[in-house]
Amino acid sequence: MSGAGLTVRDLRVTFDGFRAVDGVDLDVPPGDLRFLIGPNGAGKTTLVDAVTGLVRATGSVRFAGEELLGRPVHRIARRGIGRTFQTATVFEQLTVLQNLDIAAGAGRGPLTLLRRRRGVPEAVAHALETIGLAGLRDRPAGVLAHGQKQWLEIGMLLVQDVRLLLLDEPVAGMSHDEREATGELLRRVGEDRTVVVIEHDMDFMRSYARSVSVLHAGKVLKQGTVAEVQADARVQEVYLGRAAAPEPVAVPVAEEA
Amino acid sequence: MTTTAPPPAPTPAVATPPPSPSARFRVPGAFLLGAVLLFGVAPLVLSDFRISLLAKYLCYAIVAVGVSLAWGRGGLLVLGQGVFFGLGGYAMAMHLKLADAAAAGETLPDFMLLYGSGDALPWWWRPFANPVFALAATVLLPMAVAALLGYFVFRRRVRGAYFAILSQALAAALSIWLVGQQTTTGGTNGLTDIRGFFGYDLSDPVNQRTVYFVVAGVLLLLMAAARQLFVSRYGELLVAVRDAEERVRFLGYDPAAVKLVAYVVAAGTAGLAGALFVPAVGIISPALIGIVPSIGFVIGAAVGGRASLVGAVLGAVAVAWAQSSLSDAFPAAWTYLQGLLFVVAVGFLPGGLASVVTALRARRTRTAPAPAPTKGETA
Ligand SMILES: Nc1ncnc2c1ncn2[C@@H]1O[C@H](COP(=O)(O)OP(=O)(O)O)[C@@H](O)[C@H]1O
Ligand SMILES: [Mg+2]
Repeated sequence: MSGAGLTVRDLRVTFDGFRAVDGVDLDVPPGDLRFLIGPNGAGKTTLVDAVTGLVRATGSVRFAGEELLGRPVHRIARRGIGRTFQTATVFEQLTVLQNLDIAAGAGRGPLTLLRRRRGVPEAVAHALETIGLAGLRDRPAGVLAHGQKQWLEIGMLLVQDVRLLLLDEPVAGMSHDEREATGELLRRVGEDRTVVVIEHDMDFMRSYARSVSVLHAGKVLKQGTVAEVQADARVQEVYLGRAAAPEPVAVPVAEEA
Repeated sequence: MTTTAPPPAPTPAVATPPPSPSARFRVPGAFLLGAVLLFGVAPLVLSDFRISLLAKYLCYAIVAVGVSLAWGRGGLLVLGQGVFFGLGGYAMAMHLKLADAAAAGETLPDFMLLYGSGDALPWWWRPFANPVFALAATVLLPMAVAALLGYFVFRRRVRGAYFAILSQALAAALSIWLVGQQTTTGGTNGLTDIRGFFGYDLSDPVNQRTVYFVVAGVLLLLMAAARQLFVSRYGELLVAVRDAEERVRFLGYDPAAVKLVAYVVAAGTAGLAGALFVPAVGIISPALIGIVPSIGFVIGAAVGGRASLVGAVLGAVAVAWAQSSLSDAFPAAWTYLQGLLFVVAVGFLPGGLASVVTALRARRTRTAPAPAPTKGETA
């Protein structure tokens, strides 16, 4: 059954000799809500970059049985794989509605593109309700609060109709209420999709993860349920022990785009 | 299911007010006003000489329509529009020279007889004797060149300054090549002394006025078409590509294709402008399509507001008018002034004068909180 989900084999990404992802194997079955945790610089973002075609990688990444490595970014996206970024990236000059409409439209033909949008497409209206931004739909996305931008990004993935969502630290910088709302959103979104969430926040992970993979120095250290991962001695050593202490000063993380 | 939705946004939900009647009729009203000015007022109050000048400025305005699309909406700094303007202009001029020669009972255009390279017409001149081929070529040739160039450039992700420099280099190359082909392109002189336009004598002021009306009509039609592109889904997508190209890629679009469309349309527009320039002014030459004129093509749009169609068009006319008024009096100073205008507009007023108008209007109607001004949204 693993053939239908996300299957990563011996994935390697090297930056000028530095092995950011160093032989990762990962199996995310369809419908899973997988949390990907690990200290800063473990290679989590780079792993997502490799899966979505942003950085060159060797090895194999299959989704629904199809090899993704080597394909251009937009073709991978068209296979139903969507992602968000550590810093929310929306089209600031366009309205919330326009952002969602563009996300919904990769399959549109030239004639549709040349016409003006009339009304709100059903999928977009539905997503506006789901992400709770219906009241702000005609606002430029640039004026949204940080959390709202993250929701808008998730909404864009919903209308894009992706089957695999890769979310890079979606609740970073959110208030407690916003985190909770986002967690519920993830749960709902994950009902009929496969979701991979990169996250630092342990409480958040405990509440919402269905399974967890721990990444350390470019390798998968441990994979299992929340309880199994928390009980693992090596994980405690490299990660949980440190997470219990006050957050270390964040290592500057490489630009996403 | 709404019970689990994220908490209501902290900002109070703002229902967009229905567009006021004045806003609804603003666009058709503006077009009507433009038509009345161009077709009614200008021919009444301007002399024959001024009308010919205006026809020339409107040709620059047509280029600006394409610049507004490619640069204003698409973020492509098209600093080589002279290439496409030149291709359109030469295609038209070659046909008119051949028609002039045929009318005079010659087989070769006058300059070829004069510089006497040989007795046969070069093979690549021959198809231009056919009016349909020549007219189609004025638009399709620039579009084909832009498509070929854009395909490689955008796929290789050449952007920003590199794209601008490449465009400039191409404009320089074409004008230098033309200068070197004295016997087949007229060299530095270009193609001049064009007398007839599809059977009409261009020295007749009545026919000059007709040419003006054709130029004005084409400008209005192209503005209507561009406006449709601006408000279409493609227009929104183009702004998205301009502002966050990588993000668009992750939504399953190929930004190279999106940019290519804008670039090719802008090239066709410039080609058409070049084609109309020939009967309007009576000449096309390397000096009209090289590096400096290519920069000139975008300055009007920059000053008026590149993302705003009306701003770009009015800016192009105003800058062209200023150039012909000032460059006669102070030929050296104009070059510097042109550079200064460009730097000031791009550096300090990226929205051009149109953004000032938008800001003033927003201020006047600040009864309800206006959304943040967006450079992509000024129509
Ligand atoms: N484009 C890049 N060039 C060079 N090094 C990079 C690049 N992107 C990431 N890295 C390095 O790769 C390592 C993993 O980074 P990243 O995947 O962002 O970590 P994480 O998301 O787990 O915090 C870090 O040491 C980072 O400095
Ligand atoms: Mg990261």
